Amino acid sequence: MTIDESPASASTPIPTAADSPPLRAVETTAFSGVFQREATLFRRSWPATTFGSIVEPTINLIAFGFGLGALVASVQGIPYIQFVGTGTVATAVLFSSIFAGMYDTYVKRFYWKTYDGILATPVDVPELFMAEGTWIAVKAGVFGCAPLLIAMLFGLPPSWGMLAIPFICFLTGLGFAFMGQWFSGIVPSMDAFTYVQSALVTPLFLLAGIYFPLSNLPQWVQSLALANPLYHCVNLVRDAVFGWQLEKDLGHVAALTIFAAIMCALSVRALRRTLID
Amino acid sequence: MTSSLEHLTANDQSDGHAIALSNVVKTFGETRAVNGLTLDVPRGICMGLLGPNGAGKSTTMRMLTGQALPDSGDIRVLGLSVPKQSKQARARMGVVPQRENLDEELTCRQNVSIWATLLRVHRRDREQAVDRVLAAAQLTDRADAKASTLSGGMRRRLLIARSLVHQPSLVLLDEPTVGLDPQIRGDIWTLIDGLRSSGVTVLMSTHYIEEAERLCDDVAVVSHGRVIAQGAPSALVAQYAGVEALECFGSPDRLTMIERRCDELGFPSRRTGPTVSVLRAEAIPLHVIEQFGEALRRPANLEDVFVRLTGERLEG
Repeated sequence: MTIDESPASASTPIPTAADSPPLRAVETTAFSGVFQREATLFRRSWPATTFGSIVEPTINLIAFGFGLGALVASVQGIPYIQFVGTGTVATAVLFSSIFAGMYDTYVKRFYWKTYDGILATPVDVPELFMAEGTWIAVKAGVFGCAPLLIAMLFGLPPSWGMLAIPFICFLTGLGFAFMGQWFSGIVPSMDAFTYVQSALVTPLFLLAGIYFPLSNLPQWVQSLALANPLYHCVNLVRDAVFGWQLEKDLGHVAALTIFAAIMCALSVRALRRTLID
Repeated sequence: MTSSLEHLTANDQSDGHAIALSNVVKTFGETRAVNGLTLDVPRGICMGLLGPNGAGKSTTMRMLTGQALPDSGDIRVLGLSVPKQSKQARARMGVVPQRENLDEELTCRQNVSIWATLLRVHRRDREQAVDRVLAAAQLTDRADAKASTLSGGMRRRLLIARSLVHQPSLVLLDEPTVGLDPQIRGDIWTLIDGLRSSGVTVLMSTHYIEEAERLCDDVAVVSHGRVIAQGAPSALVAQYAGVEALECFGSPDRLTMIERRCDELGFPSRRTGPTVSVLRAEAIPLHVIEQFGEALRRPANLEDVFVRLTGERLEG
C-alpha cells in the first residue's frame, strides 16, 4: 500500500497555528460533518424512529380526541379534537427529542464508544453535541407535524400560520434534545432515566395545556407552567393555527430560545466532563 | 497547496519530531497514570510503546489527541502544541482505537465515507479516497457489506482504513491486534508495515513482544507511566538481555539452586512459573550449565528486556 505524504492535498485548508481557533470555537465544517453522519445513519433507521414518533401521539390524539371529546364538545371555543390535536404536537416534539437526547447519547458514549472515535477527528465537544442536538430537533420539526395532519383529517381547517409549526417544533425540540444530552452526561447509569421520565417528562406534558386549559387550575400552577417550555410550545402552536397574538407569541419564542441556549451550555459542559479526561 | 497549509508544514519541520512529549504527568484521582513521561518520536519511523496493561499507554495516546488533558508537561504533535492546537493536529493524524466503534448498520463504504467527511477530505476527492483505503485494506469486495457482517480481522482492517482516508502523516494505533487470531494478526502487520514504508510516522502501543520486534524501528519500554528505556529492539535486547537466554526446568528446589548460582555468578535470572530464565547465557561457562540439568537455549527477546528492567511480566 502506498500512502502519499501530502496529507492535506485532498483536504480543505485547516486553520494554521497562527490563526488557531480557541478550543471552544464551533466550526461549520465540523458541525456539518457530524450532521451528515446522523443523516446517513437515519437513512438506515428511519422506519422505526418515524413509526414510534408518529404513531404514539396519533394514538393519544385519537384516544383523547374521541374518548374525552364525546364528553367535552369544545374548549375555549375550539372543538375538543382540534384542541387536543394542536396540543399533541408538543407531545410528539417532547417524546422525539428528549428521549433521543438521553438514550442515543448515552448508548453512543458508554456502549458504542462512538464519541471517542469522533473526538479523535478534528471535531470538538461543542460541535459534536450541537450538531447532534440540531439533528434531533430537525426530526422533531418534522415529526411534530404528524398530529396536526391527523387533526386536519378530523376537520381542523388549514391556515397559513401552520407553516410556522415545523419551526416552532424545531425550536422546542432543540431545547429538549440538549436537555436529554445533558441528562445522559450526568446520570450514573441508564436506570436513572426512569426518574427523569416519571418526575420530569410526565409533569411537563400534563402541565402544558395539551389536554385541558390551565386557566381552570390554581394561580400558582399557572405561574409554574410559565417555566415549562412545553407550555410555550403548545401556546405558540395554537396561536399559529387559530390566530397569532404577536406580543405573547414573541414571549413564547423568547422563552423557548433561552431554554435551548441554557440546555445547550449545560449539555456541552456535562459531556465534555465525561468525555475528556 | 494553500498558504495556510504551507505555514502548517513549516511549523512541522521546525520541530523535527512527529511527537515530542516532555515530562508529562496525568493523574486520575489517586492514581498517577502517566508519571513524568518523556518521549520523542522521529518522523517516518514506527515507534512501539511496550508495556503491560495499566502502564499508561492508552492515556498517553489519548493525550496526543486532546482527549485527555495533562496535569503538567509539554506535548507537541506534528509541531503543534497539544491540547491547545489539538484540532489541527487531529486533522493530520489517523487514530485507530483499541475498542472498535464502527457504525454496525452501515456498509464499509459508508463507514469510511463518514470518516472522510469528519476528517475533511474535500467532497470532490472523497469517493476516490474511500476507494483507495478500502483497496489498501483489501476490503473492495466487501465495500457494500454491512460492518456487522464482517469477520474480526476485516473489522480491524476497516477501522484502520477509516483512519487513513485523509492521508495522515501520523497514525496512532492502540493495541492494533489485541484479541485477534495469530494468522489474522499477520494481515494487520502487513498493513502497518506498508504505512511505515510509505513514510508515515506510526506510534503503536502493544503488549505483544513479537509485534514490537517485527514492526517497530524503535521501542519505548513503558512502566508505571514512564519511559524507562528506548531504542531499536535489537539494541535493547543486546544491551539488557545479551544474545541468548537459558530456560531451565525442574523441581522447585532445583530452580532455587539455579537462581542462587546465577546470583553468585552475576547472571540475571527470572522465575516464570515452572521455569527459570537466565539471561546472557552465551557467557555462562559450560560446566555451570551442565549443573543446571534440563535446559533450553533460545535467543534473548524484548520480554527478557522488559522483565529485567521492570520486574513485571507482559501478557500474551
